[in-house]
Amino acid sequence: MSALVEINDVNFSYDQRAILKGINMSFGKGKVIAVMGGSGCGKTTLLRLIGGALKPTRGDVKIDGQVIHELDERRLYEMRRKMGVLFQFGALFTDMSVFDNVAFQMREHTDLPEDIIHDLVMLKLHAVGLRGTHNLMPAELSGGMARRVALARTVALDPMLILYDEPFAGLDPISLSVVGQLIRKLNDALGATSVVVTHDVQESLKIVDYVYFIADGVIVAEGTPDEIRASDKPFVHQFVHGEADGPIPFHYHASTSYAQDLKVSA
Amino acid sequence: MPLIKSVQAVGRRTVNIVWRVGVASRFLFQTLLQSDMSIRRFNLVVKELFASGVMSLVIIGVAGMFVGMVLGLQGFETLKRYGSESALGSLVALSLVRELGPVLAALLFASRAGSAMTAEIGLMKATEQIAAMEMMAVSPIARVVAPRFWAGVISMPLLAAIFSAMGVFGGYVVGVVLIGVDEGSFWSQMQATVDFQADIMNGVIKSFVFGFAVTVIALFEGFDAPPTAEGVSGATTRTVVQSSLAILMLDVILTAFMFRGA
Repeated sequence: MSALVEINDVNFSYDQRAILKGINMSFGKGKVIAVMGGSGCGKTTLLRLIGGALKPTRGDVKIDGQVIHELDERRLYEMRRKMGVLFQFGALFTDMSVFDNVAFQMREHTDLPEDIIHDLVMLKLHAVGLRGTHNLMPAELSGGMARRVALARTVALDPMLILYDEPFAGLDPISLSVVGQLIRKLNDALGATSVVVTHDVQESLKIVDYVYFIADGVIVAEGTPDEIRASDKPFVHQFVHGEADGPIPFHYHASTSYAQDLKVSA
Repeated sequence: MPLIKSVQAVGRRTVNIVWRVGVASRFLFQTLLQSDMSIRRFNLVVKELFASGVMSLVIIGVAGMFVGMVLGLQGFETLKRYGSESALGSLVALSLVRELGPVLAALLFASRAGSAMTAEIGLMKATEQIAAMEMMAVSPIARVVAPRFWAGVISMPLLAAIFSAMGVFGGYVVGVVLIGVDEGSFWSQMQATVDFQADIMNGVIKSFVFGFAVTVIALFEGFDAPPTAEGVSGATTRTVVQSSLAILMLDVILTAFMFRGA
């Protein structure tokens, strides 16, 4: 199976602070891949690098054989038309109705007549189970519904690559599994490749084909969901079982000792 | 050394200001360059004309009327001392079309529509709507910024004209209807003294320039706002403060060029 996305030795620093240090990944066509790690480990940065919103300090990200950061603006925009990104809280356009949100890309990028756009939007909304909401404004939707509408908008133009930034954040258990199932189903129906950046281990292990764990800017573990569940690596064990202390310490590094801070003699 | 530190601080601030002016100029240039969508799909501009222009009508109309009424009262008091109450019409009209109309309408526009633009774009940025648009291969400058820019530039002269017209009406109500200045001389003096080119057109040019300045400041501040609650509120405040100062400063410059000695 050929890889749609190849990440070769990617380094990224922000204001001298190294966020990613030599990441190598490869996402095969048709797969759903999870990138996991604690908050602030550089997961979202990785997504932004794949989307071409940031430029790596070293290394490159190739999509469909093209190095993303070498594309000029016109070609980057052409590439982005083949990508869909689901943002953390959906990022629906609050001044447009649900229908107009899903129709947005069709209207911007195609010359389709309005009646065909109408049918396509209804199909997409039906796929996420929210055809009945097309007249509502985003503010009238619950968090889970907004996420599903955003999902319909993300796949509006049948992208070949779908990026999900924390799709499960802040959802109730029912919405959580609905969104999880949708990610898998839409990926398979479209023959796309999906990258899910998340820290929700249990939900993502149910739907993905392969998992990467990132900590401190490097890949600390990778494997299929079964391999991850069976892993005895301390980091993976801590993460999968949600233990407070382990390789990722509970205490943020302090320059002074506890006794010094409390001004008592040790 | 406190002296070196304060010199450094002044230097840093100056560099910062120059830097921001540069970024804002590039932003303006990009907006102009990416305005083709606003022309092709003029309905995008019409939507923003409604939001910034039509929605400002009430405040502009009411404020214009009040200002005209005050001009009528004050003008009558002063003119009476020289026995030239009949010139009240020209006083009210000239003050409005040359100065008060463009300046006050622009100040109100900055606080009503400018702040709204900044807050809206700042919040779109904070909720990742701008980033989402970019990832959908749609330029936010072309789709969000440019239509608002043209709407601001188009609506400002129209609002200033409405402000002046309502002001003249307010002056009429106070001067003629309430105080009893002769109606014929009120209107004929006004017609005789207000020159289309020197007074009305110069006022229109002023309001056009103010509209340009306010809209650019409002859009840039919104687009540049840090994506947090404090970031957006700070940007909104800066929009109102900077636009107001820009309006008054530009007014001095424009007035010096337009009406010197004439």
